[in-house]
Amino acid sequence: MSNDIDHFINTDGLDSEREKTIGQHIGYRYDVNLVPDYERITPFLKKYMETMGWDDLNWLEDVHMGYEESRAAVFDRNINGWVTVPEEMKLPDNQQDRDMIARELLIKFQMSPNHPMVELNKAYAKF
Amino acid sequence: MAELNAEHESHKLGMHTEQLAGRTQQVFFSPSADENFVYHDSIEVDFDKVAEIDAGPMEITDINLRIRELMKEGVGTINIKNPGAKHSLGVGILNRLNLNFEGSLGYFGCGLADGPNIRISGRVGWSCAENMMSGTIVVEKNAGSTFGAAMRGGDLVCKGDVGSRTGIDQKGGTIIVGGRAGAFNGFMMQRGRIIILGDAGKNLGDSMYDGTIYVGGKIADLGVDAVEGEITEGEAKWLEAKLSLYGMEAPNGVKNLTKIVAGKQLWNYDNLEPSEKKLVL
Repeated sequence: MSNDIDHFINTDGLDSEREKTIGQHIGYRYDVNLVPDYERITPFLKKYMETMGWDDLNWLEDVHMGYEESRAAVFDRNINGWVTVPEEMKLPDNQQDRDMIARELLIKFQMSPNHPMVELNKAYAKF
Repeated sequence: MAELNAEHESHKLGMHTEQLAGRTQQVFFSPSADENFVYHDSIEVDFDKVAEIDAGPMEITDINLRIRELMKEGVGTINIKNPGAKHSLGVGILNRLNLNFEGSLGYFGCGLADGPNIRISGRVGWSCAENMMSGTIVVEKNAGSTFGAAMRGGDLVCKGDVGSRTGIDQKGGTIIVGGRAGAFNGFMMQRGRIIILGDAGKNLGDSMYDGTIYVGGKIADLGVDAVEGEITEGEAKWLEAKLSLYGMEAPNGVKNLTKIVAGKQLWNYDNLEPSEKKLVL
């Protein structure tokens, strides 16, 4: 994986011969194994942890700022799709801080009354 | 893309037009929205409001329904006595909740958990916390096979030994095993972390796509495409903090854990699949 943090924003991410042949990037577009640096945690995320009764980020440890269609984005497992980060948002120059922003945005998106799961829940929920 | 040879076989197969990447969702929320930390339809509960269920004479469905009724009454801490190793207890809880089982669970306990903090004082059978999404689950004694199968997030802890195929198809979250683990742990895991403080059985991390496995004891042998990695300073710090949350520590310090990662020789797999599919059709 490239060391340039904006590699997947500035390029198509097709680096190897195999990727060029198939027209697809192989693997994740970010380091899925990067563990969070808790010194960079935001006040919003601290409040979320308190609310849930957790001592750390829990499932959010697996949430990272990713890149899709040359845009910064965060993957929402509940809709199996990428949520693009607003274009006006200035991205920090390091992945740890970007990951914290991605976690905040994902919480705001998932808990929003406009989230697609709200409609699906109304239509299909059994309980 | 422009420099690609359009005569390549992959173009004829339509691989360049088929959507293989993720689907992008347009943004329709405000990043400056008010603080709201729970799902839109979640039940408001108070951790200080406590209730008890005697599961001994009850059927499985009735126990699970009673948990939901209590949550609707605002109860945030539920203690379940005499679970009697019944199967499928505490499943499908998508809410904040403290749930304590005083005893052991059977198969598929606490599956699909998304939010609760669960403690089990005894043992658990096969597939505990299958498809777990978030929250914490702590098992004080031993666990059966496929512990945390297809887990996607949260912390899953077994303080004793676990059977085989722990974290099979794991897609996120952290599994911690205080004792020994059987064969094929981390089989086809895609991301997330498994920490085994004791010995690990044969074929550890077989066919793992990504993710990380840490082992404190001996490893019988590694599976296909599982290779040793090096623990970074950031990981060491994270491991120390994570283990201390559950009163656990690495036998010889976190820096002496053996780290196993994917060799990534199998990474072409899902890009080959569409062409194979079309050739067959």
